[in-house]
Amino acid sequence: MAQLSVTDLSKTYPNGFTAVHPCSFEIEPGEFVVLVGPSGCGKSTLLRMIAGLEEITTGEMRIGDRVVNDVDPAHRDIAMVFQNYALYPHMTVRKNIAYGLRNRKVPAGEIAQRVTQAAEMLNLTDYLDRRPSQLSGGQRQRVAMGRAIVRDPALFLFDEPLSNLDAKLRNQMRIEIRALQRRLGVTSVYVTHDQVEAMTMADRIFVLNDGRIEQIGTPSEIYHRPASTFVASFMGAPPMNLLSGRGTGNGAVALDGGQAVPVPLDTESNRPVLLGLRPEDMALDGAGPIAFDIEIVEELGAHRLLHGRLSEQPFTVSVSKDTEVGTGPARLSARPGAVNLFCAEKGHRL
Amino acid sequence: MTATDTAPVSAVTPRRRRLKLETVLDHAVLICGALFMLTPIFLALTTASHDKVLIQREGLQWAFGSETLTNFNAAMFEPGGFTGDITGATMLMNSFILGVGFAVGKIILSMMAAYAIVYFRLRFATLAFWVIFTTLLLPLEVRIVPSYEVIQGMGLTNSYTGLIVPLLASATGTFFFRQFFMSVPEELVEAARIDGAGPFKFFVDILVPLSRTMIAAIFIIMFVYGWNQYLWPTLITTEESLFTLVRGIRQIVQAIAEGSEIPDYGRAMALALIAMIPPVAIVVTFQSWFVKGLTETDK
Ligand SMILES: Nc1ncnc2c1ncn2[C@@H]1O[C@H](COP(=O)(O)OP(=O)(O)OP(=O)(O)O)[C@@H](O)[C@H]1O
Ligand SMILES: [Mg+2]
Repeated sequence: MAQLSVTDLSKTYPNGFTAVHPCSFEIEPGEFVVLVGPSGCGKSTLLRMIAGLEEITTGEMRIGDRVVNDVDPAHRDIAMVFQNYALYPHMTVRKNIAYGLRNRKVPAGEIAQRVTQAAEMLNLTDYLDRRPSQLSGGQRQRVAMGRAIVRDPALFLFDEPLSNLDAKLRNQMRIEIRALQRRLGVTSVYVTHDQVEAMTMADRIFVLNDGRIEQIGTPSEIYHRPASTFVASFMGAPPMNLLSGRGTGNGAVALDGGQAVPVPLDTESNRPVLLGLRPEDMALDGAGPIAFDIEIVEELGAHRLLHGRLSEQPFTVSVSKDTEVGTGPARLSARPGAVNLFCAEKGHRL
Repeated sequence: MTATDTAPVSAVTPRRRRLKLETVLDHAVLICGALFMLTPIFLALTTASHDKVLIQREGLQWAFGSETLTNFNAAMFEPGGFTGDITGATMLMNSFILGVGFAVGKIILSMMAAYAIVYFRLRFATLAFWVIFTTLLLPLEVRIVPSYEVIQGMGLTNSYTGLIVPLLASATGTFFFRQFFMSVPEELVEAARIDGAGPFKFFVDILVPLSRTMIAAIFIIMFVYGWNQYLWPTLITTEESLFTLVRGIRQIVQAIAEGSEIPDYGRAMALALIAMIPPVAIVVTFQSWFVKGLTETDK
């Protein structure tokens, strides 16, 4: 049985703006789901509906086997970690962590024991008697985590919990959160706009755009078989190259600038399509079938980005640092299976 | 050696001189202001140290006399007034009850009003707030006759309740707390909701402790304001045992003057000085809190 299941859920704000269009999905016990999408796409709204902080306009939501549409956040058996941590500034770390348990009338002895345990898990034992203002960002983040895990909820909800940390700490906390979640086996829904977080942490990624779920899939599915041009260009840095052209009907796409690129799919003749090629799926190959004009070489250390034009359309290729290249004409070949085709009109995958 | 030493000094000197002139000017202004405020107090102190006959004959005194202790003692502990059943100490006590009751009552009432306005989806919350706010235009002095009528009708004249309750509604307090509550991050409210804190718990466990500097600041302002109330106590208390210091000072001088005796100016001066001590003490003690409460918060 799914831990969280949602049927035809939608959200329209009182001002008439529909932030989440009807969607249905299920999340399995122990799964780590990441909601990712650009700013304003409705990630927080969806998460807050799960938390019970935002009313559900239509549809049904179940946590476990219980319909929770009208259940108060306190009784949904969830815990949430906020972007700004939302720690109680006047309480010590210990009290912050214990507050939810105290309100639930858990016996004092048990509270003390659970707080100690949570603090040990998060390396907070030395800071239990400090106030949040006396902690670093990373430590505050951990206190917020502690407040969630001490409750042992059915569902963890995270709303961009790492976005206030510096890059290094973010990498470290990312791994810590993931490890902790694995250890505790608690089903989690994690909101982020950072695709690296999404790719590295998720069991499954939900890509949202404009209040709609564009694609649900494992990180690898999302990356290798994007369901739409939106997902293709949102996930991956640099994003997938999208070249416009027309199908030829005989296993190739005629690009608007003139070249024909062979594709391993039959394409309807004359149908406008977008050809998607990831920069890292291209290789410089003197005998390759594709002509490419390199204009700029961008040095990134571990690899190089070659920006240029392919049939008059902007194109980027990523090559390893050992490949010596200069600007000027070159030839490319695509790795087998790297070709994605999308409908030019609607943007969906063909 | 000498050359290198003198060079910077001579370069610095003109700037120093100019700076000094400014400082002198600033300080002169400040000193004038301070003297202007402090001289009457000094005069009260010196005058309070003289015998009443001397004061009656020669007016205010600039030098200290020998009667300080006697006068202060009389001010505090000698019965006065028409009925003679009130001393300085009882008046001090009454003033404290008024000041503290006034401040505490105002804080409780305005915090609760602000809480309701900010956190509950009341239908006319904004309207309610502005209605409360417009009461600023109707201070006690404006509505004093109807207020008196109401209190008298309820039989509350000559009681602490009648003295304090009509003064409690506070637009300023409500306004300050409203602004403060609105600056409390929304996420904190939501975290508390998820942690299972209901409206009452959230108020007591989170909002009140967060507002403590704010509470302290408002307490100081309101205590001093309540302490200095004159008109309302004069109206509502006719029994001398309920007199506050601020109104009692005059009563003592007058009561005695209406007999054939010489008014006891020394004692009145002493009482005036005593009346100033508690507000000053409170402000001085809590001034750091006061500034903190009105300017910064640790959210
Ligand atoms: N209370 C509200 N009333 C009306 N519209 C709202 C309200 N809250 C959010 N919205 C709108 O709903 C949309 C989705 O908001 P949401 O906060 O879910 O975005 P998000 O995906 O979390 O973005 P971000 O990454 O910037 O946090 C936005 O366009 C926003 O303007
Ligand atoms: Mg958001």
